[in-house]
Amino acid sequence: MGVSGVPRHWRSLRERYRLLGTYCENCKTSFFPPRKICPKCRRKGRTREVEFSGRGRVFSYTVIHVGSKTFEEYAPYVIGLIELEEGPRVLSQIVDCKPEEVRIGMMVEACFRKLFEQEDGGIISYGFKFRPVDDSWAEYYSRLLSEKKARPAQA
Amino acid sequence: MKREVAIVAVGATRFGEHWSKGLKDLAWEAGVQAVEEAGISGRDIQYIVFGNMSGGMFEGQEHVGALVAEFLGLNPVPATRVEAACASGGVAFFQGYLAVASGMYDLVAVGGVEKMTDVEPGQATEILSAAMNYEWEAYFGATFPGVYALMATRYMHEYGLKPETLAEVAVKNHYHGSMNPLAHFRNRITVEDVLSSPVVAYPLRRNDCCPVSDGAACVLLAPLEEARKYTDTPIIVKAVSQASDTLSLLERRDICTLDATVNAAEKAFAMAKLTRSDIDLVEVHDCFTIAEILALEDLGFCAKGEAFKLYEEGETYVGGRLPVNTDGGLKAGGHAVGATGVKQIVEIVKQLRGEAEGGRQVGGAEVGLAHNVGGSGATAVVTILSRR
Repeated sequence: MGVSGVPRHWRSLRERYRLLGTYCENCKTSFFPPRKICPKCRRKGRTREVEFSGRGRVFSYTVIHVGSKTFEEYAPYVIGLIELEEGPRVLSQIVDCKPEEVRIGMMVEACFRKLFEQEDGGIISYGFKFRPVDDSWAEYYSRLLSEKKARPAQA
Repeated sequence: MKREVAIVAVGATRFGEHWSKGLKDLAWEAGVQAVEEAGISGRDIQYIVFGNMSGGMFEGQEHVGALVAEFLGLNPVPATRVEAACASGGVAFFQGYLAVASGMYDLVAVGGVEKMTDVEPGQATEILSAAMNYEWEAYFGATFPGVYALMATRYMHEYGLKPETLAEVAVKNHYHGSMNPLAHFRNRITVEDVLSSPVVAYPLRRNDCCPVSDGAACVLLAPLEEARKYTDTPIIVKAVSQASDTLSLLERRDICTLDATVNAAEKAFAMAKLTRSDIDLVEVHDCFTIAEILALEDLGFCAKGEAFKLYEEGETYVGGRLPVNTDGGLKAGGHAVGATGVKQIVEIVKQLRGEAEGGRQVGGAEVGLAHNVGGSGATAVVTILSRR
């Protein structure tokens, strides 16, 4: 990606490696990407860091055939909007499946992958991508999700 | 007390690939047209404000405000470049409006200019992806068409929209573009042409996407009470309203609604004291075919999920109930990102004056609306113009 300075890539490394967001104790809402202030409660909010489970469902998706310069070599690849079980949505690649297998509502989980390599010996960037969860797990997660919804929201 | 503001002159270059013209040449061409139309000297201009998304990344040139003033021979007139991605032009118009309405200036040049074709296509895609959230969208491989494709996939899922209906948007815009001498593309296309074009970001194909264009546009603003010094047909700015939303799509309440458009439109209609049925034609931000569908719903011309009906019934053509993008829109008219918001206003002005060429004039047009979007909907500007 455009900016070559290492700190630019290093700065959000924890969030990108571990899928960290923000949780507001006041309104019991999780946010991604991380925020300094709860946009709902503002000054009344009490925010803290939260590590998401990495489980969620495909909310929407696309298959990128024409990538930007950095991602040209990976096309075609799937980009999804994933709705995490904690509520917030994340934009990420969906891997380990054929593009035509991706469906809205499909269960996925986060995994740790290479995102891109900068040309001319620049940095190699890593972060989360999502992969389909196999059927037996999908059933388990599905039950977990419905149980979670029945209980008051928690981080 | 705020003053009423009028558009007293317009100018625009053709949108397209201008290999022999750079940023300042394009700005010159549009600016000179407007100055000549108003019958003024450039020296009468008190303030220049124009939209430009990324002179820095497209041309390696920042500080383009002063550069344009210098090239137009207008130093030391204050000249400001504003940036709001693809809404840069609309935001510049808002700023110019404020400058005149406030009483600060009596003659303001509002422009928009973008020189995009000096970089290779992959580079252009990367630069445009900077209009989204860099850290959490572009960084993970999302492209600009990709983000609109996410909206399209979800919209199709929720409302049953068919690719054929999306294609109708492009077909209509090319039909209008064929009548506009300034359009980037003047060829007519069919639904089949759209559906057989290569996929860019599923479900969007090449003919669902606007082109990368070079171009510039300019309008001159003056207080309404002084407008007849410059023209016999001043066009009144009834309202201009700007709203913001999250830069990233992933944080939106509903990815099938651009809340910035909804908010800007509500304020604009209230400011103009007009209703949707008063609008005779609209220019909406159709960077992708799905964007035009969303725009008509978010502006309040139809309920969510129902814009497709307007296309099935042909109501968005010139001669229909609500002509949309009579200059070909971004799809066929072209998208020189920083210039687009002003180009839309130029088209509305021509229509309200009854000067639209090529058979695309909307009969008896009195009131028009322009809608300009930045990024995937983080900025929206809605402008309502009227003949009287």
